[in-house]
Amino acid sequence: MASLFVELSSEEIPARMQKAAILALETGLVSALKDRGFTPNATKTAISPRHMAVEIDGLADRLADRLEEKRGPRTSAPQQAIEGFCQSAGITQEALEVRNTDKGEFYFAVSSITGSVLSECIGDMLQTIIEKFPWPKSQRWAETSLSWVRPLRSISVAIDGVPLTGALQLSERHILAYQAEVTGHPFYSKQPVTISDFASYLADMRTASVIVCHTERRTEIIRQLEQCANEKGLVLVSDDGLLDEICGLVEWPQAICGQIDDSFMSLPSEVLITSMRVHQKFFALKAKESDTAAPFFITVANRRADDNTTDLIKTGNERVLRARLSDAAFFWDQDKAKPLDAYLPLLANVTFYEGLGSVRDKADRLSALATIIAPACGAEPAIAGRAALLAKADLVTDMVGEFPELQGIMGGYYARQHDEDSAISDAITQHYRPQGPNDDIPKSPAGLAVALADKIDTLVGFFGVGAKPTGSRDPYALRRAALGILRMIDEADLDIDLAAIFAEAAVRYGFDRVDDELAGFMQDRLKVSLRDSGISYDIAESVMSDVDDSTANLRWQIRLAGHLQQYLHTEAGSKLLAGYRRISSILASETKKQDISKIPLDINADYFEAEAETGLYQAIQTLPAYQRGDQGMLAQQLDALAALQIQIDRFFDDVIVNHETAEIRENRLALLMVAESHFKQIAAFDQIESIR
Amino acid sequence: MKTDFQSIILNLQRYWAEQGCVILQPYDMEVGAGTFHPATTLRALGPDRIWNAAYVQPSRRPTDGRYGENPNRLQHYYQFQTIMKPSPANSQELYLGSLEAIGLDVYAHDIRFVEDDWESPTLGAWGLGWEVWCDGMEVSQFTYFQQVGGIECSPVPLELTYGLERLAMFIQGIDDVYQLDWNGVPKDKGGKRYGDIFHRAEVEFSGWNFEIASTQMLLRHFEDAETECQRLLEADKSLPAYDQCMKASHLFNLLDARGVISVTERQSFIGRVRTLAKGCCEAWIAAPASSEGQAG
Repeated sequence: MASLFVELSSEEIPARMQKAAILALETGLVSALKDRGFTPNATKTAISPRHMAVEIDGLADRLADRLEEKRGPRTSAPQQAIEGFCQSAGITQEALEVRNTDKGEFYFAVSSITGSVLSECIGDMLQTIIEKFPWPKSQRWAETSLSWVRPLRSISVAIDGVPLTGALQLSERHILAYQAEVTGHPFYSKQPVTISDFASYLADMRTASVIVCHTERRTEIIRQLEQCANEKGLVLVSDDGLLDEICGLVEWPQAICGQIDDSFMSLPSEVLITSMRVHQKFFALKAKESDTAAPFFITVANRRADDNTTDLIKTGNERVLRARLSDAAFFWDQDKAKPLDAYLPLLANVTFYEGLGSVRDKADRLSALATIIAPACGAEPAIAGRAALLAKADLVTDMVGEFPELQGIMGGYYARQHDEDSAISDAITQHYRPQGPNDDIPKSPAGLAVALADKIDTLVGFFGVGAKPTGSRDPYALRRAALGILRMIDEADLDIDLAAIFAEAAVRYGFDRVDDELAGFMQDRLKVSLRDSGISYDIAESVMSDVDDSTANLRWQIRLAGHLQQYLHTEAGSKLLAGYRRISSILASETKKQDISKIPLDINADYFEAEAETGLYQAIQTLPAYQRGDQGMLAQQLDALAALQIQIDRFFDDVIVNHETAEIRENRLALLMVAESHFKQIAAFDQIESIR
Repeated sequence: MKTDFQSIILNLQRYWAEQGCVILQPYDMEVGAGTFHPATTLRALGPDRIWNAAYVQPSRRPTDGRYGENPNRLQHYYQFQTIMKPSPANSQELYLGSLEAIGLDVYAHDIRFVEDDWESPTLGAWGLGWEVWCDGMEVSQFTYFQQVGGIECSPVPLELTYGLERLAMFIQGIDDVYQLDWNGVPKDKGGKRYGDIFHRAEVEFSGWNFEIASTQMLLRHFEDAETECQRLLEADKSLPAYDQCMKASHLFNLLDARGVISVTERQSFIGRVRTLAKGCCEAWIAAPASSEGQAG
């Protein structure tokens, strides 16, 4: 068995593309090999900014020869047809074989196919893979017609450690010959690395100051970052996105810790951290159990460094950071010189969305909505209203202009600077939450009210002008807004009639009504969110509502789903389902015979013949009264329905529904329909997997 | 090695001259970047199979003016521009060599190539490349042109753009652009700092750009330039037409700085300049090779 090694060296591949690229090279090679009849097994891959390497094991050096048969025309066919076949098969008539089949006598063309030789077909395969490589963006260079993400510097191929000769066609007139050697780190490794196999390649490249393996490099970066943090007695502000990016920017990571000038330490920590991350790709540090940034940063250089170079690089980075933070400090001073109210008029120049007015208009709507929602969140209406009015003001500040990700956070700071109530500044800070599945919902009552108002206003507005999500396209993140609402209702346990608030929002836009599709959209989001939180698909379906005011009590739907998820797996739960199954299946089969919905539901005890009928009837009579939304009542009702199973079983054991007398039969069906309705008023149990 | 501002320019010119580049002088018009110089925009296309050139280009960005109060921002600054067509196989090494040539030891610093794709909507041009970072400071733009004026570049040129002030600040180790040593001579012998030469211009031009410039006049001039450009294109005069295109582009930038262009108008202005640029590029490559002097 042979192993194939492929190495591509290029100028720096953008960090964000590296993971997908190495996967594409691996799968491209594996599937090309399979297409040609090879059976690749284990693969190893590595990628760094300038290098990609793949090794594939378990390949045959050459595939076995085989015979290929093609059936031609009958021997009695016209000469023209026979000649046509010979031509297409590339064979002379004399070489055809004649065979008797059960359909008659036919010509056959039998040719022997020589098995592919790995070393001979690899060139074509690579050419095709490289030409069709799925880079998000690629370029030509010099006089190539071939595109790659950045200019390709070298290509190397080895089989069982032996370099192969060959070439990649760059254009009609230009080739890139396969190299037996690659170069290591561009700045200080002039010693070329000879290509053989994967393991020695990784080791030799390491000597040449390149850690090609991305996971190894990532681990090394983490180790160094933590070491730097430890030396200062601090912890790293973790940032996986930045870590991935750095891993794609350096081939020989060297973490260097620098200092932030004291004069900048009065800036909010978020500003320091964001400015360092966005502009300089620096990691921030903080004291253990604190959210406040410490006066240090870590940059990860792309080189081996001694004390002198470390010092030089540290000084350089500190100087750049000073310039960056001077800008930030300027914005901070400028912005906080004015109270947030002063920014409100400027919001009139910012369009919220075509047809939905300006952000200034939005601020007024938010204020009104948040005031209405406040009591349900346990917030003071005046506080929520004021927070909502100011919540968007920071959008026109210089700092948020520079760092859009600090929206809300800056507003909170500026409110604090101007002595707004802390409930107001906290609400402003938190009102964009939750920004994703890993983000918390607002902690403060007023924060919840403003966050809800913001998302509700957005949903009602965008739906109102028909800017709805389609397929995978959701440019205004309406799905995220809906999920945010659901999470707040769930996690903060809010008893809120969303349908009523939607209607309020619509009034403030001047819409006649809430868009018809919004309720269904919320139900869809609810289903997704239930499933994400571990509710099984069928239970999520069973609590869906198709009534018009379905947004009225989303909290109940969430609670009900959670309860059923637990309950239906208990012994009582299976009794309940067993009882329901018997009733619903007989009713379903009766429905096929007649329109049972016409049967009046008033049950006449005089028609009862068996004791089991009376028993079931009485049991139903004594079922507790049930009202949606009452958790205690729900538990009681479920238990009572589970207990009903005994009566249901007895009924079906002793009673034949299909009595010859219509009155008796219909009375029995009515009894069952009434029984079923007690189940159905809780949830659509016919959606449960074991019932369907 | 001398690291005053003018020595950096002289060293860059010498280095690229040694690499076989034509050393040109700045184009004598107001432009937003070195890319606008016809030596880049037009020569990236057209009949020369090989075109290597380098030059300094004063660049004007009216909206970046800060009345001389910001140590990092200027409405008028200098770019050093190198264009090499076709892009050399060792373009990164050549670039690093140029840093060495101005006294920046790339073997001691942390040099990184960070993805940065370049696009000029007004020129209908785009390319892929990086910003080059030296110890966290962006010192150059490194771009492989793919299209200019909506036309595929073939061969593909390499464009290197050095922000000279920033680079010089890095090399001289200072934080304020106005403190840059310009000519490396003691003050009492006529030594000048950047601020001595340009601070007043920054103050005065910021006032003109932001407050005083007559928007009616700018608009009129924009329309004149646009009309003249189209007239010249009809007469197959691509170079004079391109002058008018550059004028229109700069007038648009001035109008932008005066804050009289709304978001939607902005798109339309950019589209108008792009139409001119495309016309000029098309006229440039359509011209018979003989009018080109010795092509290729």
